[in-house]
Amino acid sequence: MMNTFVVYVENKPGVLTRVASLFRRRAFNIDSLTVGRTEKPEVSRMTITVDADHDQARRIEANLYKLVNVLLVENITTEPAIVRDLAMIKVAATHEARSHVLELASVFRARVVDVAPESLIIEITGGEDKIDGLLEVLRPYGVLEMVRTGIVAMRRGNKSSLALSSSEEPAQATAEDDLSQSV
Amino acid sequence: MIKTGAQILWECLEHEGVTHVFGYPGGAILPAYDALKHSKIHHVLVRHEQGATHMADGYARASGQTGVAVATSGPGATNMVTGIATAMLDSSPIVCITGQVGSKLIGSDAFQETDITGITLPITKHNYLVTRADELARTMREAFYVARSGRPGPVLVDITKDAQQSSCEFDWEAAKPQLPGYRPDLSPAPKEYEKALELIHSSKRPVILLGHGAIVSGAMREVRDLAERTGIPVALTLLGLGALPASHPLNLGMMGMHGEAWVNHTIQEADLLIALGMRFDDRVTGNLKTYAPNAKKIHVEIDPAEINKNVKVDVALVGDLREVLHAMLPKIESLDRSDWLDFIDRLKGDSAVRDIQNLPDSGHLYAAHVINDLWREARGSNTVVVTDVGQHQMWEAQYYKHEEPRSLITSGGLGTMGFALPAAIGVKVARPEAEVWVVVGDGGFQMTMCELATIVQENLKINIAIINNGFLGMVRQWQEFFYDRNYQATPLLNPDFAKVAEAYGIRNATVTQRSQVVPTVQAARQHDGAVLINFHVEQEDTVYPMVAAGAALHEMIRRPSPIVETAADE
Repeated sequence: MMNTFVVYVENKPGVLTRVASLFRRRAFNIDSLTVGRTEKPEVSRMTITVDADHDQARRIEANLYKLVNVLLVENITTEPAIVRDLAMIKVAATHEARSHVLELASVFRARVVDVAPESLIIEITGGEDKIDGLLEVLRPYGVLEMVRTGIVAMRRGNKSSLALSSSEEPAQATAEDDLSQSV
Repeated sequence: MIKTGAQILWECLEHEGVTHVFGYPGGAILPAYDALKHSKIHHVLVRHEQGATHMADGYARASGQTGVAVATSGPGATNMVTGIATAMLDSSPIVCITGQVGSKLIGSDAFQETDITGITLPITKHNYLVTRADELARTMREAFYVARSGRPGPVLVDITKDAQQSSCEFDWEAAKPQLPGYRPDLSPAPKEYEKALELIHSSKRPVILLGHGAIVSGAMREVRDLAERTGIPVALTLLGLGALPASHPLNLGMMGMHGEAWVNHTIQEADLLIALGMRFDDRVTGNLKTYAPNAKKIHVEIDPAEINKNVKVDVALVGDLREVLHAMLPKIESLDRSDWLDFIDRLKGDSAVRDIQNLPDSGHLYAAHVINDLWREARGSNTVVVTDVGQHQMWEAQYYKHEEPRSLITSGGLGTMGFALPAAIGVKVARPEAEVWVVVGDGGFQMTMCELATIVQENLKINIAIINNGFLGMVRQWQEFFYDRNYQATPLLNPDFAKVAEAYGIRNATVTQRSQVVPTVQAARQHDGAVLINFHVEQEDTVYPMVAAGAALHEMIRRPSPIVETAADE
């Protein structure tokens, strides 16, 4: 099954290599890995998805902790979480097709971020399923180029891994979340 | 106080209690060598950087202290790779210091530039690239702390030439380690203890599997208490030998691929395995599908990543072995397990390796004879045997009875040929009062025999026993069993090792007869300098028993009956 790990690491040179090398060395195949800054400048946050069974997932977690620069590992696979991927899709859109493409984009709550005589770039954010869905319906028009960021994930609710959260607000699902789950 | 990076380096080593380093100079580490004259640290000049790492490793294993190796950039650093991997697989604390080209040149493929932190990433516990003098003190403190704490291992510190040359304020006290993500001190939850105790108290046929962790943790006393109070027999891994005296009535001996037959049978018959500081290596388990099929398993282990890696366990106690046993011992109830011990005794009586002393002296010299005679002569609380890798290593493990921890130093996990001679130098430097014996094959000896010069240069009393069978013996044995006796590339054309020793000014002897073994060993022990003995042993001798790779632990290839019949007095 696909596991989603949120990994907090020290924001230092070479840490990404250490994490990536660990997966290679232990023969686990990374499906997606994203890394970026967090609310703390000295901490980077990775979201890693990897295909692994329960025991393998525990070993991945234990091995990540063996890396000196890894601060915290959370396996959020079975926890309620917001999971988002961002894609930019350049789709062929001739005069006749253009209105259909725009309509589809709006159904998926995607945004058109570039318009050219023969093409459009559509930006979409959401769960991987939602993006896959849009991609599927755009394919007949001709997908010229596509890029995805890989997923980032955050647990719902006021649980905060680094004990930084002062928010006491209860978890609230937004309309877009519902869409991401239903599409 | 303002100091150069090079001066800071040596002062940090002194603060860490380092008295000896093993190294080899070169361009990118020259500033550090230049500053060595101000230091009290003794530098042992090696002949190859691989030797330096094995020496640091031997030093660490013999003393429990962190060993230090030094090399230059590029080829100096890459030569260390085998020694670092050896230390990694056997959890040995060493710190390797390498010079690096100037920070401005990094990435330019400068002369003798290599990405050694990249190369050693998967074979170090952690590594560092230091490009500024003011990072050096904190980095060195972190390196030593990481190397020796938790599950120990090698740490490499790569220091650019300009970081060695430039100056900064040095304050060791203030340069505290900053390791927010590093947690070496884990301890099990109380309910895990309860589960473990329940299994121990309800088991009828338990076995303790004792590994290297017992020695690293210093848990020999606690392990012995546990075994004695519960009457549970103890099987040892290769690296665990010495953690419980071989003469202890509950000590079964070594398990695994070349373990004693009764030990492997005992494990297969057990209803509970209590694994203490061992990691269920494939050389210990044989085929995992058929491994101890009726046994529950308790795993006491400091490294959480080892839990359920090879063998799925019922209870995992993650923590330092000594501390875990300390917490457990007061709640341990003594139980009568005489039925189980009697059963094992019968296994022993039925399948014990025949006493090698009874093998007929038909003009052949068997390696096992040499090792058994060596044990009779040289055994003592202060004797350390350093073995290489191969047949002689297994015979040593079978026929030299280790009573003390740290009395056998050998490369287990990586199986590094060429380990013994340099590692023994590290052992002798760490424990000058110890009697050190290198037991090494003719193949492995030639991999690192350049270090004979280091022995002479440092005036070390090291005894070298070459078990010379003119073959890469263990590989030949595999060819005999599994490749139809097709002895490709295993016969060795050797130099006259006595003359090699002669060239270095090392006293030497050549032994071809059983009757010469004891007097030659005695003479070697009395000589106050290094001695090399070339034992010409039986060429096509075989280590028995043997569990073939992938076979079940109880499916052992046994010594063919002709020898058994002549040897047994049944």
